[in-house]
Amino acid sequence: MQIFKRKSEIDFMGKRKLAAIFSILLVLTAIGSVLVRGLSLGIDFTGGTLVEVGYQEAVELGKVREVLGEGGFGDAVVQHFGTSRDVLVRLPPQAELGSAELSDRAFAALKQAGAGETTLRRVEFVGPQVGDELTEDGGLAMLYALMGILVYVALRFEYRFALGSVIALIHDVLITLGVFSIFQIEFDLTVLAAVLAVIGYSLNDTIVVFDRIRENFRKMRKGSAVEIVNSSLNQTLSRTLMTSLTTLLVLAALFVFGGEIIHSFAFALIIGIVVGTYSSIYVASTAALMLGISKADLMPVVKEGAEVDAEP
Amino acid sequence: MNRYPLWKNILVAVLVLFGLVYALPNIFDQDPSLEISGSRRASVDSATELTVRTALDSAKIKIKSTATGEDKLLVRFTDSESQLRAKEILEATLGADYTQALTLSTDVPGWLQSMGALPMYLGLDLRGGIHVLIDVDMDAAVSQAMERYNGDIRTLLRTEKVRYSRVSNRDDAILVTFKEAGLRDQALDVIGNEFRDLLLESLDEGGEYLVQAKMSASEQRSVKKFALDQNITTLRNRVNALGVSEPVIQQQGERRIVVQLPGAQDPSKLKELLGATATLEYRLEDTEHSVEDALAGKVPPGSKLYRTRDGRPILLKKRVIVTGNQITDASSGFDQRTGSPMVSVSLDSQGARRMRNVTTENVNKPMAVVFIETRKDTRMVDGEPVIRKVQVEEVISVANIIEPFGRRFQTTGLDSPEEAHDLALLLRAGALAAPIDIVEERTIGPSLGQDNIDQGFTSVVIGLAVVMVFMAIYYKVFGLVANLALLLNLVFIVAVLSMLQATLTLPGIAGIVLTVGMAVDANVLIFERIREEIRNGSTPQASIFAGYEKALSTIVDANITTLIAAVVLFSFGTGPIKGFAVTLFIGILTSMFTAIVGTRAVVNLIYGGKRVARLSI
Repeated sequence: MQIFKRKSEIDFMGKRKLAAIFSILLVLTAIGSVLVRGLSLGIDFTGGTLVEVGYQEAVELGKVREVLGEGGFGDAVVQHFGTSRDVLVRLPPQAELGSAELSDRAFAALKQAGAGETTLRRVEFVGPQVGDELTEDGGLAMLYALMGILVYVALRFEYRFALGSVIALIHDVLITLGVFSIFQIEFDLTVLAAVLAVIGYSLNDTIVVFDRIRENFRKMRKGSAVEIVNSSLNQTLSRTLMTSLTTLLVLAALFVFGGEIIHSFAFALIIGIVVGTYSSIYVASTAALMLGISKADLMPVVKEGAEVDAEP
Repeated sequence: MNRYPLWKNILVAVLVLFGLVYALPNIFDQDPSLEISGSRRASVDSATELTVRTALDSAKIKIKSTATGEDKLLVRFTDSESQLRAKEILEATLGADYTQALTLSTDVPGWLQSMGALPMYLGLDLRGGIHVLIDVDMDAAVSQAMERYNGDIRTLLRTEKVRYSRVSNRDDAILVTFKEAGLRDQALDVIGNEFRDLLLESLDEGGEYLVQAKMSASEQRSVKKFALDQNITTLRNRVNALGVSEPVIQQQGERRIVVQLPGAQDPSKLKELLGATATLEYRLEDTEHSVEDALAGKVPPGSKLYRTRDGRPILLKKRVIVTGNQITDASSGFDQRTGSPMVSVSLDSQGARRMRNVTTENVNKPMAVVFIETRKDTRMVDGEPVIRKVQVEEVISVANIIEPFGRRFQTTGLDSPEEAHDLALLLRAGALAAPIDIVEERTIGPSLGQDNIDQGFTSVVIGLAVVMVFMAIYYKVFGLVANLALLLNLVFIVAVLSMLQATLTLPGIAGIVLTVGMAVDANVLIFERIREEIRNGSTPQASIFAGYEKALSTIVDANITTLIAAVVLFSFGTGPIKGFAVTLFIGILTSMFTAIVGTRAVVNLIYGGKRVARLSI
């Protein structure tokens, strides 16, 4: 079975201006949303307390809010988590109570809301100081990952490719963040990990395309840069789609069966991989073309020792 | 063409065998268990086993098996619910002389264990447990050291008979004031000889002569390091007293301590215990001065005014006979004569000597026991709640010294048996060298942990199945070969994780799922190349050869970039994120082997060295 029976000949680069406008619009929307609406940061970054409890029977959130209000937790955010028997409560950071007292008191209050035994499934407390550090570290991690990749690609290929791939990565990260901002999906540590994984994955795609472009620049005597890029994209197209498809399949499994905690993690990866597949075709190559890659840049550098080694 | 030399086939076979053996322990059951061990006063024997069995039988808790080992009894259960109920029941039955640790035990046969083949180490989010991150107040550690120096300098100058006007603390320096320049110079010598770690400077201020002493940077560092190390030791002692198997207590960064207790259930008890700062001090009562004068504000210089638990004022000598640090052992019980709760205390040799000297000199004089505890107190300042740490000092008992004593004695005057028990525990564990604060806590209940394992397992299996069906349809025989590699890759990931005893977390499982998706990428690259070569008119054998050859550098390049992301994730990440990075990293490496070398070996076996008309790809 094959997606394309014969060699596909899609003129990707012919529509690169359209794609560029589309990408710029997407990125601007994403930035706009992140600036205006912001990200719905989880307690990993904001600090605060999270308590998850399991009741034996389904409970009404109204009832839970009521008992929490009586217990002095009027500002708690309450939601069902996975099933109607599980309830997740978020409490903003409070100066007057340490973690110990806060989560204990909240749990004691929550026990009142349901009949039968109430089990404490999860408590997470992050102090404001730790939250700030995680935010800072997370930003730095993203920067280090981008820098490391920039250096590697520049060494392995050429700086224009490196810039092209990093532009594509920033594009992917921004759009993923944008989706989280627009739909106000909670952004926690695992989502950050997913975004970093997206960086690795999306680059994977881009590298495969660049590899082929480099090979074709060296091999094909005729043809403009645009034509060479086009045929490289076509040659790698079925691989690009296949890999994205298999990865999306397992992520779908993770999204559906992996449980509530892993939900937004899987979602971030799904968005990232869809966007990453698109960007490795349109953004990275277009950026490299705009930066002016040419045949001369990619001819293999003749190493002085190489010839000698080949001699018997 | 396309034949692997024998050594290469053997290498692949050996590695596969190796992977299978080390992945094997994971298919054995792990049972929630209780490990019961006795204290000094109680030993574990067949009688204990009988008691345990009877107690659990009458409570209708199913025991899977029991086994006795060196002073230990291991009771295994079928589920964690019975394990937890059993712990409660046994605590009541066996009493405080036995500790019961929650643990997991495995059925892995001895020959496997002797090879170091163990099941994967599950993270707290999978097995349940408590994780807390503790911040050590380093500024307090330094200022405490300054206080100590302050007192030491006074004592030194007094013994060396250098007359000073006063000793005070200003910012991060100690100021010693003298009336004459000569005395100051003498003091400079004396202090400089005794405390080489202090930076001394002479100042002239307002007609007075001063010595300014500061701690050197290296001294400050070592004070901080000592505080952190001492706190880690103390916390470890306290945690061990809780009876949890495999607790993790380690330093993180310059001023943080991580405490992880797998399987532990009661975060509030733990936090109370970790943060507690209660200790004791033994002081003589000042009977020479009147309490009334002191209450009126005229406290004699060598004494301090305290209050007893019932609010009565009492004047004690400032000089401390022994402190909680010198206590080597403590246990709680009841006083034989009065029946009131008491703590029986043993001192170290230095403390015992001092205690004997002081009690010998002061027979028939009253001695007081001061109970010191740091509590958090919240006050509203300008509408903002501000937490202050308040040191509460109470005199819990005053008694006449009837005869001299030394190493072992009793302290009474405690409110309840619980207080006696907690105090004994804290005294045994030692004092914290600097105040601590819990800055992060993550507790996962056992039911959620099991759910996480089940859901993680389901998604790995389903993800794997879907990809395998897809590959088989799309690439036929080659797809089946890739599927074999995919399964092998999973075995390798599990084997490597088990060998390294790296922690498997829920995001770690997600990493495995993601690797399944990405591992086929290498094969997709190769197979697409082979198809391309066939379309270009190459022979089947040449196509296979060229396909593997040309795809190699692409695969390596693509995977190294993902490795970079994994390394960054690992170095930045905390617990769960690290787990993701580790499985991603291992998965990429093993997948390169299985997808390139592994599939090639199988493809060579199928097609290599014969005439092939067409490939099933």
